[in-house]
Amino acid sequence: MTKNSKKLALTGGYAAAEALKQINPDVMAVYPITPQTPIIEVFSKFKSDGEVDTEVIHVESEHSAISACVGSSAAGARTVTATSSQGLALMNEILYIASGLRRPILMLVSARALAAPLNIHGDHSDVMGARDSGWVQIFCSTPQEVYDKTIVGMKLAEKVKLPVMVIMDGFNTSHSVENMEILEKEAVQKFVGEYSPEKYLLDIDNPVTFGPVALQNSYFEFRKDLSDAFDTVEGELEKIYEEYGHISGRSYKKIEKYKLEDAEKILVAMGSVGGTIKDAIDKLREDGEKVGLLEISLFRPFPYEEVKKALKDTKEVIVLDRNLAFGTKQVLASEISHSIGKKVKSVVYGLGGRDTFQKQIMDLVKGDNQSGYLL
Amino acid sequence: MNKELTKNLASGHSACAGCAFPTIVRTILGESDVPVVISNATGCLEVTSTLYPYTAWKVPYIHNAFENAAATISGVERAYKILKKKGKIKKEIKFVTFAGDGGTYDIGFQSLSGALERGHNFLYVCYDNGGYMNTGNQRSSATPFGAATETTPSGKMSFGKMEVRKNLMDIAAAHGVPYAAQANVAYLPDLKKKARKALETEGPTFLLVFSPCTNNWKFPTSQFVSIAKLATETNFWPLYEIEKGKYKINWATEKPKPVEEFLKTQGRFKHLFSEKNKPVIGQIQKMVDAEFRRLASLVE
Repeated sequence: MTKNSKKLALTGGYAAAEALKQINPDVMAVYPITPQTPIIEVFSKFKSDGEVDTEVIHVESEHSAISACVGSSAAGARTVTATSSQGLALMNEILYIASGLRRPILMLVSARALAAPLNIHGDHSDVMGARDSGWVQIFCSTPQEVYDKTIVGMKLAEKVKLPVMVIMDGFNTSHSVENMEILEKEAVQKFVGEYSPEKYLLDIDNPVTFGPVALQNSYFEFRKDLSDAFDTVEGELEKIYEEYGHISGRSYKKIEKYKLEDAEKILVAMGSVGGTIKDAIDKLREDGEKVGLLEISLFRPFPYEEVKKALKDTKEVIVLDRNLAFGTKQVLASEISHSIGKKVKSVVYGLGGRDTFQKQIMDLVKGDNQSGYLL
Repeated sequence: MNKELTKNLASGHSACAGCAFPTIVRTILGESDVPVVISNATGCLEVTSTLYPYTAWKVPYIHNAFENAAATISGVERAYKILKKKGKIKKEIKFVTFAGDGGTYDIGFQSLSGALERGHNFLYVCYDNGGYMNTGNQRSSATPFGAATETTPSGKMSFGKMEVRKNLMDIAAAHGVPYAAQANVAYLPDLKKKARKALETEGPTFLLVFSPCTNNWKFPTSQFVSIAKLATETNFWPLYEIEKGKYKINWATEKPKPVEEFLKTQGRFKHLFSEKNKPVIGQIQKMVDAEFRRLASLVE
């Protein structure tokens, strides 16, 4: 525990709201959807109690939430939002515009299944659907990480001029209480700093046109510029994580390693399932199985080089996707396979909030489950 | 070109000769005594004024997408509120949205309704040319009954669009906005007065402006003012305002011209003058008369 930090027991949703309170953004435009609602309810209470200055815009849809965010950010305001599932799917069109206009918007996502059939519980279908929309995507596996990465995400967005999604698993993380540590507001404020955009709508004396038409002679360059901006993200994130380590005592990386040194089998996963897998690994190791876990925290841009280094000498790689891609290989499995240049064992788990148990992980590692699913 | 006239929207944009919206935009913005920030829905105005690397806009401008111009300005306006409170912005600024009828009556309807309900301090202007003109003349819910478009062509079994236009003025007014007005590009002093009133009124205000389209209504480019004038003289497009719920008609005549006078000026109604379709003109006349009577009955 560092000086002036505070121990609390919070859910992931509350932790996100607490971090947002300390950031005290200028504008938040939101529309309610389970399991994102705790974030916006807690934040709205902060607003009602005068604990934040933020203008909260209670819009009539997620499409308008992200549209208002683009407007607010272009106007020159530090801007945040939060959503889940169908809400993120409804935002899809404007996600591309937010990144195309290089808006440093921070979005908290409580990742949830997509209909049909309707399901309000956690999986990664929603965020995987937005994976190529020009947003940085950072996964969290605990409420502590949600708090920390919300603060880091805000700073990163403004540094690289890209929108950032900080993702927690719906219910597993958003509604689970954990003992965690929060910083002093002043430390957070100092860390994120003042937001001072170069060009913005409210700079009346220097009028700018946002969102022009660009045809065959310039559109391509705009999109390439956006792609090139992603090349700067990994380096900037490393620096920001390091700086955050100094004020919080918690150090994060783009990928997190658990017992990899001598591992002959490595599981790869993202999000809240990491805890279950670590417990399973501890038990497996008691039986002599040399197994480890690689957690992907930064999903977009994908840290191919680091993943390759971490997995290069491993005999067997087992990749867990909490999303089902249709008519193709699974998303994370494809990324890992691409990173190491060989086939991986791919398994889908946890769809629609289906629990994943230690025994299932242990069976998987032992080779007792070849079905490709943890049903 | 007149410098005062082009101080907000420059010449050199690529709108068609005989298009009404450059006049509408300049007239409305000319009535603001303080700086303005614009949001604009996808459409003719947007594509003809912002072709990269050029822009015709001399004032801050944002185009986001087709259906979200009102939501976008909501974000801009709230950003202004907080940044002004924090002392980061000092100047008084007004916020204006421009959208066509497709971006207003149809795809942007929800976004507009949300922004009006939330009470943002802005003026929403719909330039109504009765269809999706930017994509080549498809029907919208603002297309008049009987008009032929590419998606409601006249034919053996059809006299064009068979549905009546959505009454957007009443819908806007039903949100309890302090000021909504219907105007016409052919009546500039009236448009100016309404723009000034809308800009000076605190809260969300709404202007619905008649905006003839030379290409798709099919008339010579020199005729947009005279055709627009006929729309009001026939009561096809009455000039009126709704101020704090009170209706006021701004232009009326004892003897309105027959609607036929308006219809016959445009290719989109040409098919109505065939023997088979003649009764449709009578139907349109009845609708126009009934709507004007209804409007008159709402005036105290």
